[in-house]
Amino acid sequence: MKPEEIIKDENKIYARPRLLDLRHTHYCPGCSHGVVHRIIAELLDEMGLEDKSMGVAPVGCAVFAYNYIDVDWVEAAHGRAPAVATALHRLHPDHLVFTYQGDGDMAAIGTAESIHAANRGENIAMIFINNGIYGMTGGQMAPTTLLGMKTATTPYGRRADLNGYPLRITELMAQLDGTCYVTRQAVHTPAAVRKAKAAIKKAFENALAGKGTSIVEVVSTCNSGWKMSPAKSNEWMVQHMFERYPLGDLKNV
Amino acid sequence: MEEDVKLMKGNEALAHAAIRYGADGYFGYPITPQSEVLETLEEQMPWETTGMVVLQAESEVSSINMVYGGAASGKAVMTSSSSPGISLMQEGISYLAASDVPALVVNVMRGGPGLGTIQPSQADYFQATKGGGHGDYHMIVLAPATVQEMADFVTLGFDLAFKYRCVSMILADGIVGQMMEKVVLPPQRPRRTDEEIRQQCPWAITGKHGRKHRNICTSLEMESPKMEENNLRFQAVYDEIARNEVRFEQYYTEDAEYVIVAFGTVARICLKAIEEAREAGLKIGLVRPITLWPFPKQVLADLAKRVKGMLVVELNAGQMIEDVQLAVNCSIPVYHFGRMGGMIPNPTEVLDALKLHFNDIK
Amino acid sequence: MKEEIIIAGFGGQGVLSMGKILAYAGLMNNLEVTWMPAYGPEQRGGTANVTVILSDKAISSPVLDSFDTAVVLNQQSLDKFESKVKPGGTLLYDPNGIHHLPTRTDITVKAVDAMGAAIELKNSKTYNMILLGALLAMRPVVDTEAVVKALRKTLPERHHHLIPLNEQAIEKGRSLVQ
Repeated sequence: MKPEEIIKDENKIYARPRLLDLRHTHYCPGCSHGVVHRIIAELLDEMGLEDKSMGVAPVGCAVFAYNYIDVDWVEAAHGRAPAVATALHRLHPDHLVFTYQGDGDMAAIGTAESIHAANRGENIAMIFINNGIYGMTGGQMAPTTLLGMKTATTPYGRRADLNGYPLRITELMAQLDGTCYVTRQAVHTPAAVRKAKAAIKKAFENALAGKGTSIVEVVSTCNSGWKMSPAKSNEWMVQHMFERYPLGDLKNV
Repeated sequence: MEEDVKLMKGNEALAHAAIRYGADGYFGYPITPQSEVLETLEEQMPWETTGMVVLQAESEVSSINMVYGGAASGKAVMTSSSSPGISLMQEGISYLAASDVPALVVNVMRGGPGLGTIQPSQADYFQATKGGGHGDYHMIVLAPATVQEMADFVTLGFDLAFKYRCVSMILADGIVGQMMEKVVLPPQRPRRTDEEIRQQCPWAITGKHGRKHRNICTSLEMESPKMEENNLRFQAVYDEIARNEVRFEQYYTEDAEYVIVAFGTVARICLKAIEEAREAGLKIGLVRPITLWPFPKQVLADLAKRVKGMLVVELNAGQMIEDVQLAVNCSIPVYHFGRMGGMIPNPTEVLDALKLHFNDIK
Repeated sequence: MKEEIIIAGFGGQGVLSMGKILAYAGLMNNLEVTWMPAYGPEQRGGTANVTVILSDKAISSPVLDSFDTAVVLNQQSLDKFESKVKPGGTLLYDPNGIHHLPTRTDITVKAVDAMGAAIELKNSKTYNMILLGALLAMRPVVDTEAVVKALRKTLPERHHHLIPLNEQAIEKGRSLVQ
């Protein structure tokens, strides 16, 4: 069979999402960000939200999210995405406003903004990528770094007596009256990707319906920060991250 | 017209003026001596009338970032705080400036450093005019001296911010925030519609609404040549502002032998001192910078050619005096008289300071 | 016409609101006015004072070091402000709790037992209006009609039934100095 006999619309089972920019991402091969970006771009197109969506990008590896997903974006200061999103949504109430934040953004420098936006029940969706490490700045400890995990700032492994405990901020957010949907997902298998996509879709729907704050944590890998191959990273995530950060819905009102 | 004249605190007048301007949003956190701004807005419930959003944030850090979000989307948004809170906002102000978005920030200054005092001060002059946050940027800084100006500068501040896509700051002292005076509020303007915003602010983050390209509001640029270009663009705007927007007032300078330079309420204290001095036959004049940035250099440089000396009176240890010295290029003696920590000089003290520094004033 | 007034006493004695009503009355009489409080924790039972300026011309400094008229309601305020009354000016004080009497002879000094009068009216909240009446009897800077209008402006609607009582208090204050 010749290629031109195969490349036909009726044979197409997968395509690059229309709203995913053509440029190459700066993400490392194997990184979860690329998959989550694709899910978001697909959903914004499938749900007909291209014209009425505003994304808020974090500081962290996803700082350039605005270069990859073709809707309007504001790039927030580190940790402040939920405050930016609060104003965007309050001033544009009939729009979809979502944040895309890493673990440093959500659970360290931006803890106050994240918790208070969720506590106010802002009608926004918060996508939270938790890979237990600071990727962009070169692999330092994150609030979600597991005990014993080696990072650039815990070279002998994270110790509770020195560095405190891995923070389950998603469980914390689930306690708040303002949140309507809090879930933890992953994107390491095709089945997981499908579930994560359904979760993000639900978060977007909730935001549009004015039901309160939705939080989708995606437990992710950072193979360069973890210093493992992509395949090995996925194995390590299943073995270690899922124990501390078990997948599933924490709240679904 | 009579019913439009009201007696109000400066902070209250500012809040009412924001509603009347047709502001889209206010985001703030309580701090003395400016809490009346948020209190007045919450009492007025403008979301029921004009549709203005009013929100008490969890911190000043959050307030300024809410302003960043609102400003990025082309809305007329503002915050207010007092000195310690404004320190917390410096990060956000730097981002606003670097992203070419318009916003209004109000600082009703109290005495510092640190937690300091809740009493009036002008010790944030450097922070406001020299760029309190990181990087090369400027805000347009307006210094009101009356309750009327607290109201008027809301309109002026927003209009300038949108004209140049920059941050305007109203830099008030605690006195003008807390005192009551007569004020005529501006007529109610309608808020701009989303359609008008999309037309007037094609750069704004509004959702694409049929636009071919996506809008991105960011201060990040990893390539140095491009970041330098950004900086050159900012500086060109600042140059234009410096050419067009200098504002000041002068009193009794035509025949003055000595000139006092003071801003905000302190200028009024000095004016009373000058009125008393004039009665005693002393030829003293006053220059009151209204824009602290851009600073009214030229009028001072011109006056320096014919007056014998200048006294700069401030509620700080000597901040605006540096700009006065630069303006007159050390051609005449320039002295400073300041009170700090919330202390306010009275007109007699101002006269005493003049006499102390200039021997022929008796 | 220009009148520079300081009203000083304890927080809770109605110092700031007395100044506010005076300022509003000035507004009703088309005067320029400033009302400048010493603000902050003083409002919570410490000493409180407010500077009120009424003028038919634009007012420069809201901050003053001498006054045409001082209304002082406790010893600290008397000690602080007696010397700051301009020669020929007026000092009005409530003698309750005053141990060191004023000594100036170049100004008009008047003691007004406003506390006693408020007890007679069976309402301690009339205290500051009694003083205002006494002040206006000595320094008629605004007319009574303007004060009543000012009360209407400053009092919340639910307290408007108290306006006649306040008018009575103002008259009582006037009678104390006449």
